[in-house]
Amino acid sequence: MSEYVYLYRGGDAGRSPENVQQTMQKWMTWLKGLAEKGHIKDQGQPLEPGGKLVRGKQKAVTDGPFAEAKDIVGGYTLIEACDLDQAVELSKGCPILEVDGAVEVRPVMKMSM
Amino acid sequence: MESNDHLFRREAGRMVSTLTRIFGVHNLVLAEDVVQDAFCRALEVWKFQGMPENPSAWLMATAKNRALDVLRRERTARTFAPELGRWIDSEWTLAPTVAELFGEHAIQDDQLRMMFSCCHPKLPEEAQVGLILHILCGFTVNEVAGAFVSGRAAIEKRISRAKKVLAGSKKLFDVTNGKDFLSRLPAVHRALYLLFNEGYHGASTESAVRADLCREAMRLVALLLENPVGARPESYALAALMCFHAARLPSRIDAAGDLSSLFDQDRSRWDQKLVNEGERYLNLSATGNDLTEYHVEAAIASFHAMAQRAEDTDWAQIVALYDQLMIIRPSPVIALNRAIAIAQLEGPASGLDALQAVDGARLANYPFYSAALGELEFRLGRKDAAREHFQAALALARSPMERRFLNQKLDACG
Repeated sequence: MSEYVYLYRGGDAGRSPENVQQTMQKWMTWLKGLAEKGHIKDQGQPLEPGGKLVRGKQKAVTDGPFAEAKDIVGGYTLIEACDLDQAVELSKGCPILEVDGAVEVRPVMKMSM
Repeated sequence: MESNDHLFRREAGRMVSTLTRIFGVHNLVLAEDVVQDAFCRALEVWKFQGMPENPSAWLMATAKNRALDVLRRERTARTFAPELGRWIDSEWTLAPTVAELFGEHAIQDDQLRMMFSCCHPKLPEEAQVGLILHILCGFTVNEVAGAFVSGRAAIEKRISRAKKVLAGSKKLFDVTNGKDFLSRLPAVHRALYLLFNEGYHGASTESAVRADLCREAMRLVALLLENPVGARPESYALAALMCFHAARLPSRIDAAGDLSSLFDQDRSRWDQKLVNEGERYLNLSATGNDLTEYHVEAAIASFHAMAQRAEDTDWAQIVALYDQLMIIRPSPVIALNRAIAIAQLEGPASGLDALQAVDGARLANYPFYSAALGELEFRLGRKDAAREHFQAALALARSPMERRFLNQKLDACG
């Protein structure tokens, strides 16, 4: 098994309380499903949308690195899968895809000793 | 513990009411933004960490913290609820004041305050109902439009206009003034009655939406009953009426998904717990000197609920009650129902006479008027006349379910 990180980008749950709740329930069902199949290494955390960007030798500090709302990483999960293909396949159930969001699937680099 | 099925929607009403009390009614939009913000936070955190033990408390606490942020940041730039004035100006009193306003009891009162505020005399009844659904029940404009089978644009206009009236009313309704409370109470009763009716008799095709509306109306009436001034005989009568009708909800749609008339319903599916609850409320409503339309309608519903089989129904009592209702609140729909009861008591010919005396012009768009005419002609064996009426009803039918119901009637006419 190898480790992969899912980075969740963008996605809009809508404004209706009912929609937001349904979206949340879908996420919980999806993550629970992955956990039951033993793919979850770390459920992960949500990230605040704001933040600072420190850049360059000048160490210039600016508000947020974020070009557009759709590029903002809203959270991450650490998962385990046989290979990248399986990790990608598993990510296809992510509810963020239903609301115009994206999952970036990145293999965690292995240290070879 | 209530189920979490519509947690967000339910909490939206509680949170908006409380935040509006703190921010002032002119800042209704700000209150809605804070609620939206709290939901987004809940979504982000809960999807990774699961639902907290007490999700309502979590949401309320989040809304409270956001409210404190907003008050601190904007207290110089904006005016908030005037009656809170200096309590939120100073850091010493701000947090304890807000904490108190987020207490369980205060939140209850806030919802009542909002309910009464939504029934603003400047607003037509249907706008009041729409506003209650939107603000207190957490329905979006789309969902309200779905519930009323109205165009989205029309509902959007109605609600935004109503919100403007509400926001322009300077302050929320004062529920502690007994005199004002009692003078607005009839409008509140009426709005909750209409909300329930929309769920029960409404034209919506989705049965889930309808049950939701009934449930919301019942929740708001319960809120009214918890207030010492609100717990009036007519409030109990309204609660009783809703319980009796709601008890029959499970049997209104039969196994095939078709609309089932009162006469054909499987009465074993009636919710006996709700029937008993209705009886209890009906007893509580039987005090004082005023006999309202809610009393009479609840009494009619109780006679239906008491009949084990359709043929056990005490139609003489029911006709007498409809006679009374025609005095208290005459309307063509009531006259129509009275005629149907007369048909049960004295036979279809008498029913037809009573029905023909109804002002049919005002029921021109109401499919059940033609359907009732058809039904009585059918019982008199006049199938051609019956067919014509059923066809007229079919042309007015508002949902596939109503159409199926009428098509079955047409088939029976041969």
